[in-house]
Amino acid sequence: MSAPVLSVSNLTIDLPRNADRQHAVHDVSFDVAPGEVVCLVGESGSGKSVIAFSVMGLLAKALTIANGTIQLENEDLTRADETRLRELRCTRMGMIFQEPMTALNPVMRCGDQIDEVLQEHTDLGAGERRQRVIDMIEQVHLPDPERMYNSYPHQLSGGQRQRIMIAMALILEPVLLIADEPTTALDVTTQAQILHLIRELQSERNTGVLFITHDFGVVAELADRVAVLKQGELVELGTTQQVLSAPTHPYTKMLIASVPVHEPPVRAAIPEDAPVVLKTEALDKQYKSFSFGGGKQVVDAARDVSIEVRKGETLGIVGESGSGKSTVARCITWLIQSSDGRIWLAGDDIAKMPKRDLHALRQKVQIVFQDPYRSLNPRRTVGQSIIEGPLNYGESKADAWAHAQELMQLVQLDPEGLDRYPHQFSGGQRQRICIARALAMRPELLVADEAVSALDVSVQAQVLQLLEQIRDRMQLAMLFITHDLRVAAQICDVVAVMSKGQVVEYGPTRDVFNNPQHEYTRALFDAAPGRDFAFARSDS
Amino acid sequence: MWTYLFKRILAVIPVLLVVLVVVFLMLRLTPGDPAANIAGDAATSEDIAELRIELGLEEPLPVQFAIYVRNLLKGDFGESFYYKRPVISMIADGIEPTLSLALFTIVLACLVAVPLGTLAAYKQGTWIDRLVMGFSVVGFSVPVFVIGYILIYFLSVKLDWFPVQGYQHIADGIGGWAYRLVLPSTALSVIFIALIARMTRTSVLEVLSEDYIRTARAKGLPQMKVLLKHALRNAAVPIVTIIGIAIAILISGVVVTESVFVIPGLGLLTLDAIQGRDYPTVQALIILFSVVYVVINLLIDVIYTLLDPRIRY
Repeated sequence: MSAPVLSVSNLTIDLPRNADRQHAVHDVSFDVAPGEVVCLVGESGSGKSVIAFSVMGLLAKALTIANGTIQLENEDLTRADETRLRELRCTRMGMIFQEPMTALNPVMRCGDQIDEVLQEHTDLGAGERRQRVIDMIEQVHLPDPERMYNSYPHQLSGGQRQRIMIAMALILEPVLLIADEPTTALDVTTQAQILHLIRELQSERNTGVLFITHDFGVVAELADRVAVLKQGELVELGTTQQVLSAPTHPYTKMLIASVPVHEPPVRAAIPEDAPVVLKTEALDKQYKSFSFGGGKQVVDAARDVSIEVRKGETLGIVGESGSGKSTVARCITWLIQSSDGRIWLAGDDIAKMPKRDLHALRQKVQIVFQDPYRSLNPRRTVGQSIIEGPLNYGESKADAWAHAQELMQLVQLDPEGLDRYPHQFSGGQRQRICIARALAMRPELLVADEAVSALDVSVQAQVLQLLEQIRDRMQLAMLFITHDLRVAAQICDVVAVMSKGQVVEYGPTRDVFNNPQHEYTRALFDAAPGRDFAFARSDS
Repeated sequence: MWTYLFKRILAVIPVLLVVLVVVFLMLRLTPGDPAANIAGDAATSEDIAELRIELGLEEPLPVQFAIYVRNLLKGDFGESFYYKRPVISMIADGIEPTLSLALFTIVLACLVAVPLGTLAAYKQGTWIDRLVMGFSVVGFSVPVFVIGYILIYFLSVKLDWFPVQGYQHIADGIGGWAYRLVLPSTALSVIFIALIARMTRTSVLEVLSEDYIRTARAKGLPQMKVLLKHALRNAAVPIVTIIGIAIAILISGVVVTESVFVIPGLGLLTLDAIQGRDYPTVQALIILFSVVYVVINLLIDVIYTLLDPRIRY
């Protein structure tokens, strides 16, 4: 094997003194060879991004490299000063980031932002630089390079912006590309395209890639070798085949076992006579806006959506961003008003109901949101948050509190926690609290809007299991909104696939997954990363 | 964009109407009689009554208002009760010193405050940051006239570097003009430096934590370029807003500075006119100030679109 482009040995990075552990990263060693893709995998807080930033010399000031070396082509970066690091950035090592939406300067044209790299690191004249930028924009397969050059970031889609970032990072052909979760914020079809692009460019140029991700699907798709991190320690390092199919470390085994399988399991049938809790008929939601010159603009966020959820049943609404899945959830929960159509909730048509009458019905529908960090009021104790709803509906404080204690046990948390504040809990625990809060209202329909999307896989698996138990035990109807097909496969009895505001495919989960009819559904399934990979299963 | 500008300019009309009515009524409803003021202490009540008729003050208020508006539409702002000169020519005389003072002050304030605020943001938490912010608190708290008199005492009286007071027209030589503006502008700029530096610091600080700043650093740009090219421009919108407000306050708020430094600008004119109950002059000045506010606000909105391509009207 040729000499590695990046060689990290015994790297230890200290956290500030008052942190929950001493090291962000402890004694980590790995190499990246030319043309090789090494994935750093781990859950949040595992230190994977810290390693990436330490290579670029972009560590936050509070973090310090305590020990070890980072060799980029035999040059020790831990000893390089700021000027040298600056010279190396983009020339020998380039980096792309997670959020293409915010990683580009919003007030500079995209072309100029790429051009800046050339200005800084080369002596080329303006005309030559422009030509090189245009060539590079072509190489990342963006249409109409001239127009892209002159566009501002907000005029491009997320995938296009990420392509601009890639162009920027690779224009000077660095030997190392660091990619920090570059596809996490993208839709699955866009993700597949971006992964493909990274693969294509790095193999053409023989670039070594350090790819950071939490998604084992992406790992299976892209990596040559995998390094698994747990709380700052490297627990397993090996080829992708080895690590994913035959992991040795228990943590890796646990992580891989938590990855939801794409294949939906056989589920118990819902009794024929189960009552319908929620039904929509030709639900429409339009957004109208007026602008000077532009006149009236109408956007169909949801069109002609007819779905049905019965008691004890889980309906999944699956789609990419902008497909209208969240719009439907918000119409049903009456967070926004639908434009047209009917919504039947336990027999009442709520679509056009006056707000006053709606009050009594709100209790029957409860929602769990995506981001557990922001959906609990940080200044109220968990208990206060949980009992607030029942108190509003006239339950006595003592009863509500007793119920809250039961619910805490139900979501597998210590009832003592009711007196604590949200920041004292982890993300997964907070999501359990959010579920308890929703259940405190004794709802008939539970809406989970991307409720597990922000969670790490191991936590995600637990929360999914919990939701399933609760649904069975309380015989809830559940509306599960997600962009993640594997999650949908695991938990839903029936799925509705949405695209551009419309339901394009609707049927029992196993039928839809095993025999998708609509071309959009098929494209969506094809794009799911790591679908054909044989992951190690502890139960298989 | 052009339709937007046109609409915004049309919107000035109702604003001016309201201003007109309010000023007109306020002046006439507050105690004090211009005729008595002009006639002087020795005047008899007959003299005053005659003067009131002459000035048109005996007409019913609606009639007075109608006459005033009719004249305005013809471009006639009336004649000063006191100086018997057309108000418009008095304003024309006063506008150069005031504009000079205001512009000098705001340019000075921006030149000092924006780098200072940026520096404070970049060095957040260090002694530099604390020094700048400490200065800013002092700048807010000390009144203009105190700063003015302190500057005069040390720089003019003790060191004799600058003239104590007075103004030289730009036509009589740019050097003398600028020289005489240094002290009053410095005195006046302190509070604006404090204001703009604070705003700049906050705004830059917010931008510095954005992802695209990290991207700029990952490109290998030197710190200075990251700060000036990427951070400052993104931080500019709130800064420009505060500068615009500062200019508007300046032009209509130079009264104190002009009286401390005896500059024959609109500030002194306003003071005189109010004290003398010189209705036409006060009315004209307030109309002028309102137009300035509206125009500056419009300019700020236009500048937004130049600074941030996401803002479109």
